Amino acid sequence: MSRMPRLLLVLHWLFAAFMLAPLVMVVLVSFTAKGYIALPFDGASLRWYRAILEATDFIDAFKRSLGLAATAATLATAMAVPAGMAIAWYRFKGRDALVALLLSPLMVPNVVLGIALLRFLTQIGGSSTLWGLTAAHTVVVMPYVLRLVVAAATGFDRTVAQAAQTLGASGWTVFRRIELPLILPGVAGGWLIAFINSFDELTMSIFVASAATETLPVKMYNYIANTIDPLLASISTVLIVLTVLLMVALDRFYGLDRILSGKT
Amino acid sequence: MNEPRQPLPYWLGTPAAVAMLAFVVLPLVLTLSLSFYPFTGSHIGTQLTGANYASIAGDGYYRAIFLRTFELALVVTALTIAIGVPEAYVLSRLSPRWRAVSMLIVLGPLLISVVVRTLGWAILLGNEGVINRALLATGLVQEPVKMMFTFTGVVVALVHVLVPFMVLAVWASLQKLDPATEQAAETLGAGPWTVLRRIVVPQVIPGVLSGGLIVFALVASAFATPAIIGGRRLKVVPTTIYDEFLGNLNWPLGAALAVVLVVIVLSVSLSVNRGVERRFKQVFE
Repeated sequence: MSRMPRLLLVLHWLFAAFMLAPLVMVVLVSFTAKGYIALPFDGASLRWYRAILEATDFIDAFKRSLGLAATAATLATAMAVPAGMAIAWYRFKGRDALVALLLSPLMVPNVVLGIALLRFLTQIGGSSTLWGLTAAHTVVVMPYVLRLVVAAATGFDRTVAQAAQTLGASGWTVFRRIELPLILPGVAGGWLIAFINSFDELTMSIFVASAATETLPVKMYNYIANTIDPLLASISTVLIVLTVLLMVALDRFYGLDRILSGKT
Repeated sequence: MNEPRQPLPYWLGTPAAVAMLAFVVLPLVLTLSLSFYPFTGSHIGTQLTGANYASIAGDGYYRAIFLRTFELALVVTALTIAIGVPEAYVLSRLSPRWRAVSMLIVLGPLLISVVVRTLGWAILLGNEGVINRALLATGLVQEPVKMMFTFTGVVVALVHVLVPFMVLAVWASLQKLDPATEQAAETLGAGPWTVLRRIVVPQVIPGVLSGGLIVFALVASAFATPAIIGGRRLKVVPTTIYDEFLGNLNWPLGAALAVVLVVIVLSVSLSVNRGVERRFKQVFE
């Protein structure tokens, strides 16, 4: 390894400051005692954290987002695992078309998926329903699970499964006792990244969600569109803290770069 | 590998494929057809027409929005390349401990909601915001510099939101680099800048281009950041689609805008991809 030019190191830490600055601002502003956003401020308080407890509509949206993300991630994983095994382990006619079909939500802007699903769900009577929103989130997060499942299954030694089969295990037993445990890290990572993507999704949900099914990001966006006050900063700080905890765990188990670029 | 013509892989792929056909492909086809229907001010007509496309092509208002959107996409893409490529290189050279910390800082924001990150920029960029207060306090400016609701403000916030994708793409291609090639160049007397310029950069260009495509497509379809930082007066295609759908209720026109957006983004991606494959065949083995 050669030495690194000093200039690059300076740029690196400037860049790190740039990446952290807006998040740090959000956290700082949340501790203001004032009724508006201002920095610097005098008098720190937890006033806006107490305000969260009274903002029941935000708490409802938070719970709805958690449930939606868990359901969508689970449904997406349940469908992506078998599909990923087929793609990783078999060469069949139409395989490339299947891959393209299952990754297609990544190719279409979320705003376009949003209007397409709004129109479609309206026509089949699923607009402003929770199941419509769940279906929308399931397909949008499925590509993330699929990529990790395929990556995990591709690096898997198939002779173990063949050995089990030779010893008389049924296809289901081989899957349950051998294949699933071996690809489980990819499956779990895929579920988590799907969960996070669903929880954070705004652009599609803003079309598909109604006042009765508002997710947390949609609720926050609609609130910002009217006014920006410290309540939003304190809610955002709670989200940042939760995400950082999850991120450190993800990084420890998988490496953030690998899970985000779809390789395990 | 298993024999072809087995039914099993088809069964395994069916649930996922059906979900995609029902909730992605079918709605998109319906949107394409919706864009060919007229809108009469209160309801959607029944006679097929190309009027929506004609009004997008003919109306300077929509042309300006498309131009602004793609200007934004080009500027943001260029800046993420200028910032993200050196950053990925630094990451690859840091000691493992500092690299782990830096990775969390650089990639972590990807996991935090875009609304939260954009809120941070709104706090920084406002007339009463942190940057302006600091500038006024130091006496560098006499009155606040307008950054909210400006093109520059949207660019800065979007670079922040999207630069991790560029770092990730370049980082992935740096991982594939064989350190022996760099060492060979050094042994032959090349200085660090020559190694960078002649050995490293040519090998990561495919990563830069694929990162650039991702960023370009994501800017062209970004909604929250332009909506909050750019506001009403700096409309881009996604915010215009939002207004047509949820404000004016002119769904056919909104659908036509979406179709034009998808066609432009896809054709840019495909033509760049084709160019890359021709030019860098040897890098892809």
